[in-house]
Amino acid sequence: MIARTQAQDSYLESFAQFDKGAAKNGQGWLSPIRRAAIACFAELGFPTTHDEDWRFTNVGPIAQISFRLLQDGGNELTPLDLEQFSSSGFACSRFVFVNGRYVPGLSSPPQLPGDLKVNSLAHALTADRDSLEQHLARYADYQHDAFCALNTAFMEDGAFVCIPPGAVLQEPIYLLYVSTAGAVPTIVHPRNLILAGNNSQATVVEEYVSLGADVHFSNVVTEVVVGENSVLTHYLIERESTQAFKVSTLRTQQGRSSNVASHSLLLGGALVRNNVHPVLAGEGSDCLINGLFMATGQQHMDNYMKVEHASPHCNSRQFYNGILDGKSRGVFHGRIIVHKDAQKTDAKQTNKNLLLSDEAQIDTKPQLEIHADDVKCTHGATIGQIDEDAVFYLRSRGIAEASALDLLLFAFASENFQRMKAEPIRSYLQELVKQWLSRGKLLEEAR
Amino acid sequence: MLEIKNLHVKVDKQEILRGVHLKVSAGEVHSIMGPNGSGKSTLALVLAGRETYEITAGEVIYEGKNLLQMAPEERACEGVFLAFQYPVEVPGVNNIYFLKAALNAIRKHHGLDELDAMDFLPLVKEKMKLLGMDDQLQNRAVNEGFSGGEKKRNEIFQMAVLEPRLAILDETDSGLDIDALKIVANGVNALRSPQRAIIVVTHYQRLLNYVVPDFVHVMVDGRILKSGGKELALELEEKGYARLEAESQAVTSPRT
Ligand SMILES: Nc1ncnc2c1ncn2[C@@H]1O[C@H](COP(=O)(O)OP(=O)(O)O)[C@@H](O)[C@H]1O
Ligand SMILES: [Mg+2]
Repeated sequence: MIARTQAQDSYLESFAQFDKGAAKNGQGWLSPIRRAAIACFAELGFPTTHDEDWRFTNVGPIAQISFRLLQDGGNELTPLDLEQFSSSGFACSRFVFVNGRYVPGLSSPPQLPGDLKVNSLAHALTADRDSLEQHLARYADYQHDAFCALNTAFMEDGAFVCIPPGAVLQEPIYLLYVSTAGAVPTIVHPRNLILAGNNSQATVVEEYVSLGADVHFSNVVTEVVVGENSVLTHYLIERESTQAFKVSTLRTQQGRSSNVASHSLLLGGALVRNNVHPVLAGEGSDCLINGLFMATGQQHMDNYMKVEHASPHCNSRQFYNGILDGKSRGVFHGRIIVHKDAQKTDAKQTNKNLLLSDEAQIDTKPQLEIHADDVKCTHGATIGQIDEDAVFYLRSRGIAEASALDLLLFAFASENFQRMKAEPIRSYLQELVKQWLSRGKLLEEAR
Repeated sequence: MLEIKNLHVKVDKQEILRGVHLKVSAGEVHSIMGPNGSGKSTLALVLAGRETYEITAGEVIYEGKNLLQMAPEERACEGVFLAFQYPVEVPGVNNIYFLKAALNAIRKHHGLDELDAMDFLPLVKEKMKLLGMDDQLQNRAVNEGFSGGEKKRNEIFQMAVLEPRLAILDETDSGLDIDALKIVANGVNALRSPQRAIIVVTHYQRLLNYVVPDFVHVMVDGRILKSGGKELALELEEKGYARLEAESQAVTSPRT
């Protein structure tokens, strides 16, 4: 048994404090779950690279820093502070969370259609205990995942989205998470629960940003329960500062004939772990897992997919594209688990990577665990460089070298965009990618 | 317009061009013929600025400037255009978007306003018609999934839109059926003008029935062995390259 680290101890200590406070808030019913979760964390400790699921990602820096648990929101922020993020340019109901806390004053929701409910989790924990008790922490696996355990132990706020059966939402629900780190490294554990009723249709966007460039750690868990025959599209946009640590877990539970699309765009963060864990629990359900990660400098982006086929006749499609520049490092670990009864499973996984520099690195690893006999599972990964012939071809027509490169990179990223519906949110993502591509040129022009 | 003097080019330590001389003036059409592997494409690519070739000696003057010192995009902006023997597929980049970006880069270089889609599309429609191109091609990625003939036509289409001053066509006729060949020839002839020059690299005499050259050069083994008028093309067709190569051996061997 490995001795507990100092950092681990400090989490256990702050939990003792936290738990006392929470009990007073009328959230006593949650205590057993929180305590179970912290016990799991005490048992698990932070993963190491000896752990198969963390082979390519060293979370040592996270384990070594003693982060201060941020319990106050950023009520001192004004809409002006967020102006730089409001360029989103798509119509939506916006909910803003500052350091994990819902801030109504910065949000612009209220005209929600019909019975749609979007609340802060903090509010729901007391007001909506029944729905929450049924689902919260029932899916995300805190028993085996240390970060999920921490989040579950410390969860307090985040978004609670409840889409009534049959509702068809025209505009996305946009959740913006702002971290305002300070002199001391801080940690937040945003926790989201999305319940999509039967036959509903909705889009939920989570975007994570930082104000300032101080060290902070966002440890997010989002549970999504998708009812029968409903369609849910989820976007994750990671744009935190290059000093940010980020672990996020998206856990979806899919009902019969449901259809989920998870789109991720990772641009920010110093060390990012992006867990996507759909469970195709109902027969005939479908999921698309579409991700684009673009890293440069010293960034480290680890994408861990765990696609569980638990019922027959389900389809899953994973497409992850990575662009890695500078000394950045990318990981794609794609697990597909086909349960014994999940006959006629059709699962496909593709990971394509472009390395733009000699020092950039990618580790890609498929992992298939198939316990049924009538299944179709395919996987493939490529690692390549920019096609020099194509660059020359474009240049020979008058297009400057830098623009030619951008065109080719954007084309590579377009594979991901093509898998998104042509919604305004897609244009927003394309705009973010264009900004990323032009980063070098802006620097040059500034010189 | 263009003067190539004693050009020597190496790839992988192997000398491929071994002293090429060529002078092309505005208004002229030159044809370069020669057997496979003689260095025709190498010459064309070096003129367009492909950096994988090492220039070991010689110079190229284009419109009074040292062409070899210019970046490929700069050459294109100054009016050099190469129709590739093997056009490159560029997945994900729309054919028309790409061409608009190219045209606007060139216009910008000359201090002209960039064209927006409203101005650009009629131009594209007109040129596509000239080349009998399928409307579908404008919605596709550059050369991706194009047939051999479609790729060649797409090169000429780009040329028609970009209106270069020096067009180099590298075996644009190879593999085309006679109808496609005529269309390509039309596209080339439409570009002919006293201000422009065209170099037609070809393996076969056939194209020259439709694009009649002012001069024909025969390239063998990295050198221009013989130059003449359009009748030289016919002579080549008759005698074949082998005979000429043999003659050239006889001429050059005593000196080496
Ligand atoms: N990029 C290259 N790498 C290696 N060899 C090359 C390359 N380009 C051309 N060559 C060689 O140079 C010679 C001339 O080729 P090329 O210029 O394509 O001839 P042509 O167009 O007249 O058929 C050939 O022997 C060919 O194999
Ligand atoms: Mg050739």
